[in-house]
Amino acid sequence: MTSEKNIHDSSTHTAATIGKVRPHQTQNEGLVFEKSSPGKRGYKLQPLDVPAVDAAALLGKSYRTQSAELPELSEIEIIRHFTRLSTWNYAIDLGMYPLGSCTMKYNPRVNEFVARIEGLAEAHPYRPDSLSQGILDVVELLQRCLLEITGMDAITLQPAAGAHGEFTGILLVRAWHESQGNARRKVLIPDSAHGTNPATAAICGYQVENLKSNALGGIDLEALARQVDEDTAALMLTNPSTLGVFENEIHKIADILHAKGALLYMDGANMNALVGKVRPGDFGVDVMHLNLHKTFSTPHGGGGPGSGPVACKAFLEPFLPTPVLVQGKDGAKHWNYDRPQSVGRVRAFYGNVGMFIRALAYILANGPDGLRQTTEDAVLNANYIRHKLKGLYDLPYQTPSMHEVVFSDKRQAAQGVKTGDIAKRLIDYGFHPYTVSFPLIVHGALMIEPTESESVEELNLFIDAMRAIAKEVEETPELVKSAPHSTRVSRLDEVQAARKPILRWKPAK
Amino acid sequence: MAYPTNYRYTREHEWIVLDGAIGTIGITDYAQNSLGDIVYVDVPKVGDAVTANATFGSVESVKAVSDLYSPVTGTVTAINEELKSAPDKINEAPHETWIIKVELADPAQFDTLLDAAAYEAFVSEETGS
Amino acid sequence: MRYLPKSPAERLTMLADIGAQSIDDLFAVIPAEYRLTRDLDVPRQQAESEIIDYFRAAGQKNATDYASFLGAGAYRHYRPVIIDSLVQRGEFLTSYTPYQAEITQGTLQAIFEFQTMIAELTGMDVANASMYDGSTGAAEAVMMAVRVTGRSQAVVATTVHPEYREVLATYAKHQQIPTALAGYDPKAGRIDLAALDAAVTHETAAVLVQSPNFFGIVEDIPAIAAIAHAKGALLIVSIAEAVSLGVVAPPVDADIVTMEAQSFGVALSYGGPFCGVIAVKEQYLRQMPGRLAGQTVDRDGNRGFVLTLATREQHIRREKATSNICTNQALVALMATIFLTVYGKEGIRELAEHNLAKAAYAAQTLSSQPGAKLLFSGAPRFHEFVLQTEEAPASWSKRLLDNKIVGGIELSRWYPELGNATLWCATEMVTRQQIDTAAKVLASAPVEA
Repeated sequence: MTSEKNIHDSSTHTAATIGKVRPHQTQNEGLVFEKSSPGKRGYKLQPLDVPAVDAAALLGKSYRTQSAELPELSEIEIIRHFTRLSTWNYAIDLGMYPLGSCTMKYNPRVNEFVARIEGLAEAHPYRPDSLSQGILDVVELLQRCLLEITGMDAITLQPAAGAHGEFTGILLVRAWHESQGNARRKVLIPDSAHGTNPATAAICGYQVENLKSNALGGIDLEALARQVDEDTAALMLTNPSTLGVFENEIHKIADILHAKGALLYMDGANMNALVGKVRPGDFGVDVMHLNLHKTFSTPHGGGGPGSGPVACKAFLEPFLPTPVLVQGKDGAKHWNYDRPQSVGRVRAFYGNVGMFIRALAYILANGPDGLRQTTEDAVLNANYIRHKLKGLYDLPYQTPSMHEVVFSDKRQAAQGVKTGDIAKRLIDYGFHPYTVSFPLIVHGALMIEPTESESVEELNLFIDAMRAIAKEVEETPELVKSAPHSTRVSRLDEVQAARKPILRWKPAK
Repeated sequence: MAYPTNYRYTREHEWIVLDGAIGTIGITDYAQNSLGDIVYVDVPKVGDAVTANATFGSVESVKAVSDLYSPVTGTVTAINEELKSAPDKINEAPHETWIIKVELADPAQFDTLLDAAAYEAFVSEETGS
Repeated sequence: MRYLPKSPAERLTMLADIGAQSIDDLFAVIPAEYRLTRDLDVPRQQAESEIIDYFRAAGQKNATDYASFLGAGAYRHYRPVIIDSLVQRGEFLTSYTPYQAEITQGTLQAIFEFQTMIAELTGMDVANASMYDGSTGAAEAVMMAVRVTGRSQAVVATTVHPEYREVLATYAKHQQIPTALAGYDPKAGRIDLAALDAAVTHETAAVLVQSPNFFGIVEDIPAIAAIAHAKGALLIVSIAEAVSLGVVAPPVDADIVTMEAQSFGVALSYGGPFCGVIAVKEQYLRQMPGRLAGQTVDRDGNRGFVLTLATREQHIRREKATSNICTNQALVALMATIFLTVYGKEGIRELAEHNLAKAAYAAQTLSSQPGAKLLFSGAPRFHEFVLQTEEAPASWSKRLLDNKIVGGIELSRWYPELGNATLWCATEMVTRQQIDTAAKVLASAPVEA
């Protein structure tokens, strides 16, 4: 049996000598193109039940003579390839993913199940309304739930993601101002905002004016009052802010804006701190977007798809993108395209409907009590982390935290260790890093959002890891600076990637 | 690194050296140092107009972009093609690696800029050292 | 609540640890007058089985057992089972955008493979990691062309998907990009080259066309490119039916290709999520929107992948970014990558040829019914065709629905000049029997003069 033991003893080999003897997370797996060989098949088409055609003759000079070099693999190889790739990812399903501002909460599996129900997943967007009443019911119920949660009057689900929602929301603002005779020129954006906010305002044709945060990390009311004028279209406000701080003078902010005819736009990225506890529509917000992939548990999927519904007050309703869902006298639902004041369309069809189904499944699974408890747990978790770590990491703003807490690397930087190094070291402890170096108003920020999905045990493991790293920074800073040490690849050369971009595979000559 | 005394400087950390009416423009050692590894330089075309204190291009590191401000007003006469494939030259030798050459509308503009001593004083003020 | 991993006792212990009396202490910062003191008026908490029952009922109400000839930018192709098995792995499904490269190599390598496949298929040099969808991708491509050329106008073919044109109009309005329309040749159903030539000026940043176009007809890309390039404008080719690339020549004369990749294994899902993508010639790379994965090495010289050229993006360049796009469609792009791996080099061609054959048979069969006529019959088509009928579509489509067939979509709402025209699509999912039945029902009309 000795020889058999040797075969399975990975310590006798390295990845460099034999590719296959290491545990799956660290084994080699080439590009799919490198595994291809001509003649292998992963598909079988049904026999053609109509006469075959001569494609070259039908298409003439538009015929493709040279096939695209797509890989040729069998089904088992395809399964293994992508399964092996998957094992190189960290994921919520593996452990805490405390990325601030991203709300990496549990993605319930029933969401995936119901989104794939045949009558929903295979519905064509141009199928007659009479055959689409089931999916329209789903859209209508989700709209109703989101309006209740936000306290707003009207909603569109068309935007494909958060930034797309911002775009739509600011277009509503612009259209309304235009209807008042003046589109106005500028949009105010706090210096703590996400980069999408200024990028959005620019795409909507507005000048961006920066609003400096006050000593508490919130909106400086005096500065705001000075900066808002008859040329201000709106303030884009994230509440709670990216520091996890609730603007407790929010109603005054709204009053200052409204007094000058400007509107209050709320970036709903941090809605996970508010659901069931307070409603933006009640505290003066005119228009806002939601991120279904944050607050409402639709999966992040490695960077999308998202969904960014926009909810607004009644006076903005006429400007919503076309079409809007309406209910006829007979109770049947249909899309209304006759919207003369609409800002137009922001996307083909009706939005990321597959995400609507998932978000509604989440809301149904929670109910009013579950939604409120979720918010409370998210805020409790962030405050627990804040309390346990505040002695070890600098807390630049003492203002109470909601669903996330932002530390700075001030103490660790004295040892030459930066927030990015601590983040990489967290990987060795089995966690995904927090958000690094954001918001920009905190130098060396560590932005931690645990969400409600973490148990006390997982939180304590995270806190222990952060404590251990703080100790390492004092004792063995190099260990932290060169982290991670346990991953399949070590720190990657981003400079080379950007100087000499290799953005696709090419066959060896 | 010493700042050449025959160069003039801006508060946006560009340098310029004059040969007749042609100014040669680059960025300072301080600028390249705060940017880190430069991966890309975006420049105007030959014949484009540049204006003093207005942006004429940008330099990029992996995670930051810095606008380039023209020290003078004039017309671009040459761009450093070498930077397309080797932007790291700026990191290696910032004061020898030029980015664009400009024919000055008014060569006297050169003398209104910071000299080496004034620029060094400005930098140490900025870094608080 | 079953998703929340805490007992009531644990919550109390945590509160005590923090030094809070009750959970309300943590919300004290919210002014009392705004705090919600009632339950939200949403449906009560449901058991998993109830949730499934609710959505099953909705699915059944939607009606499922209809044959369908609908296309027009959303296409029904067979989706190999392994796509859903693989994308539902938690490591793909519940991972974030791969900013931390060391622990997201799986997503990054998959994106790199996607970029390669799209570049191969479209004949472009580089492709991005994906956009929201084909419609927003087309609008972003036009804005990109404006940045590249420094010009501010666009010319758009009326044969581009009408909803794509509407989306472009929304974006163009606020970017101050005046757009002119170029019509189609009423015989060929292709862009009118003379009208295009007249519309393109030295102020034109981009010419946007779709191929196969909204009528399913393959445009003459080399001729269109010559017209655009003669005036220094970029050519943007939008592709709404990606499977066409198995058999239709890639638009290599384009400068930018913007594609909807839904056909590559993505469910129709009533119109989304789909998967846009932008592919370009290398010299325009720096002006391209969206994320990009690039190959590099780690400290030990191992091959690895990172998100790169991020300085184009909003989180760094803020209001000067190439686009405000942040989230893309990574998981949907992964579906497309798996789909393309399943079919591979030979399969994608064979699949496209089957589509061509089905549509040829359907066009022939339907148009030979009394009172029916095939429009644009001389031009090269992929799997869609325009049928003109003497009988009003509203009348025969009802008859088809009674026979559990969804016929072609009426074009009059976008192209009133075409009268009783309908756009039909026949993919590999349509059977000969369904086509024959549709023809028979269509023919059963009370034919009037």
